[in-house]
Amino acid sequence: MSLTVAYFALATGIVVWLLLVRKLSAKSWEAQPASAIEAEAPRWPAQRIGLWVFLAVITSLFGLFVSAYYMRLSGHHGTGPAQDWMALSEPPVLWLNTVLLIAASVAMQAARKAVRTSVERGFTALLLGGLLTLAFLGGQFYAWGQVRESEFFSPVNPAVAFFYLLTAVHGLHLLGGLYVWGRTLARMRREDVETIDLLQSINLSVELCGVYWHFLLLVWLGLFTVMLST
Amino acid sequence: MAFVAIADRDHEHALHDPETFIRKYIWSQDHKVIAIQYALVAIGIGLVALVMSVLMRLQLGFPDTFSLIAPQDYYQYITMHGMIMVIYLLTALFLGGFGNYLIPLMCGSRDMVFPYMNMLSFWFYLLAVLVLVAGLFVPGGPTGAGWTLYPPQAIAPGTPGHGWGIICMLASLAIFVVAFTMGGLNYVTTILQARCKGMTLMRMPLSVWGIFMATVLGLLAFPALFVSCVMMTLDHSLGTSFFMPAVVQMGEQTVHSGGSPLLFQHLFWFFGHPEVYIVALPAFGIVSDLLSVHARRNIFGYRMMVWAILAIGCLSFVVWAHHMYVSGMNPYFGFFFATTTLIIAVPTAIKVYNWILTLYKGDIHLTVPMLFAIGFIFTFINGGLTGLFLGNVTVDVPLSGTYFVVAHFHMVMGVSPILVVFGAIYHWYPKITGRLLDDRLGRIHFWCTFIGTYAIYLPMHYLGILGVPRRYYSYSDAIDFIGQNVHIANEWITISAVFVAATQMIFLFNLAWSIRNGRDAGPNPWRAASLEWQTPDTPPKHGNWGKDLPVTYRWAYDYNVPGAPEDFVAQNVPPGDPRAGNAPAGRDHGVHH
Repeated sequence: MSLTVAYFALATGIVVWLLLVRKLSAKSWEAQPASAIEAEAPRWPAQRIGLWVFLAVITSLFGLFVSAYYMRLSGHHGTGPAQDWMALSEPPVLWLNTVLLIAASVAMQAARKAVRTSVERGFTALLLGGLLTLAFLGGQFYAWGQVRESEFFSPVNPAVAFFYLLTAVHGLHLLGGLYVWGRTLARMRREDVETIDLLQSINLSVELCGVYWHFLLLVWLGLFTVMLST
Repeated sequence: MAFVAIADRDHEHALHDPETFIRKYIWSQDHKVIAIQYALVAIGIGLVALVMSVLMRLQLGFPDTFSLIAPQDYYQYITMHGMIMVIYLLTALFLGGFGNYLIPLMCGSRDMVFPYMNMLSFWFYLLAVLVLVAGLFVPGGPTGAGWTLYPPQAIAPGTPGHGWGIICMLASLAIFVVAFTMGGLNYVTTILQARCKGMTLMRMPLSVWGIFMATVLGLLAFPALFVSCVMMTLDHSLGTSFFMPAVVQMGEQTVHSGGSPLLFQHLFWFFGHPEVYIVALPAFGIVSDLLSVHARRNIFGYRMMVWAILAIGCLSFVVWAHHMYVSGMNPYFGFFFATTTLIIAVPTAIKVYNWILTLYKGDIHLTVPMLFAIGFIFTFINGGLTGLFLGNVTVDVPLSGTYFVVAHFHMVMGVSPILVVFGAIYHWYPKITGRLLDDRLGRIHFWCTFIGTYAIYLPMHYLGILGVPRRYYSYSDAIDFIGQNVHIANEWITISAVFVAATQMIFLFNLAWSIRNGRDAGPNPWRAASLEWQTPDTPPKHGNWGKDLPVTYRWAYDYNVPGAPEDFVAQNVPPGDPRAGNAPAGRDHGVHH
């Protein structure tokens, strides 16, 4: 929980500081030069803002899951670690999965760069990124089976319960990303792909897919570290 | 790359101009229709909770006369009443209802930036409500765990609805969080991205600021509710032990072991406290606008009001454990949270002073919305002051289990925001329907509600100080210290509660009757300066602004401007225009000259 609070303090601190210093000191009741209206900076597209806001929501979600993880691990009232917590030996396949997800993220980044010059090359890289992600999800599923077989398996063991819970929530977020990925691929295959509007929106979609994938990679690295270290 | 707000593009706008009845009123993507859908469902489910509270009050006031509900019903109703009022009524109405309606109109945009997601948000909300209502009909009935759903009793046998009831509740809450997140992303992104030209952040009306910050709080705090719902569902259905400690039931050890009920409390209140401000901040914002318009006076200390909203929002994340003083947590924790709780009173007090100073020497019109706004200030101060009592650990510990707490949170979180809801409905109904609500009925509604709620909740403080415990179905003779005076007070409270509940029927009648029979309002009956009153059509058509988006030249509070022909200057009046009087885009912030 303290982790989450620290995150919130930091995030809101930065946001508030930026806003306060730059914008929120305006004295809106005083006369302002008419030229001020023309001088407004162009804003980010709605989708990009929406995604970043959404990332803040997900950060909160996973931050709270991890806080719960540590609080459950530490037992009651500082009486030492929880007695029923039987640490899991993480299935080795998770290392392979991690590599797959890193590769997916790299492919997404490549797609983002490639699509600026050629939709075709962007398509290939994007497709690769998604397939690697599917492989990652398959690997996670395989890991689930391995834990199911292991001697530690019992729903009462919180280490096991958290392993399934955290990987499932992370996987669901990737599935959501894959939905957008599929829609973007479909748009790149449209006949009128060369029109400016569509090109612009494809560029944006690929960019945002990249951001989302990097973010979920970070989340996974964080979760994996947490689980390995306990 | 130069980007344009989606809603600004004429061709895209034309693309989803709805034609059929279903697209226009059922599967609508128009923020105004969605707002009304949200509001109607919220009010509908709120009435269910209102009826439950009346049933509970009849039991408490006249236990020997009425035998309408059994003890387990009492717990189930109290749970449903709390959850519905806080989440499904107030949160949904303020953000889904007023947020949806006001944000695009006040910011000068054509619609929300993601209209399709906005539509989904409503339908998920409706699904959440239906799942919640389904809980009333499943075997065992709805959960009776109290609205905080504390484990272990929430899922332990012996609690009403520990089977299907709690599952319906948890599922419904999880769906609500998803619905809220889709809506919330829309509200925040629309405010950040789709404001019209000239609408700087510091020119936004305070209603928008309140809704904005409340949405940010919701987006960051609702995940805590989601996490606790998911984990409790797993404890219930799959036998995990996140929250469930080892429990012996009927002489047998359950499957659970080692879980932490305190962990649930932390998660729940990490959502639960910001939730207070998710409801309060929109109310703060809206009431600021009502006071300013109906007192014909610029809001006092606009900039300080914005900063106070931000400060309250940030602080609301570090006070959650003041709900847990009696949970047995570390006393040093209690000291920390008592301090933060008292600090949050500072920006809140700033807001209260600024409202009062807005009224000071104002040209106060005691219209119905204004009555409700002033009623809010009284009630909020009353409720807030008892909050200072309860914020201190040593005072809270003896009072925590008594009716003092019930009185406190109903004043500050129940009555205060609902007074703003009423005021806001009387204020914006003319924009939504083109007609005014009936004034005389409105006045009757206000005075009965205002005085009636005090008749209910002031005696409850007294009961609390006497030590009358809350959560009790009846006070049989076994409890010696419950004297005859308590029973008389309970009868009085019940009569008042039935009276206030009945009064709300006047309001509902007024809502329905005035759609056809209300006085014609014209485009701007209150002579308000903010953008939503400057639309070319009333009610605004799809797209809100006709062909051209408005341009904003000033803040929303130019009232009583010297030389202005109409005593106010709308936000979209350019400097130099005769309508601007002596106010060339803003003016010195004098009051009366």
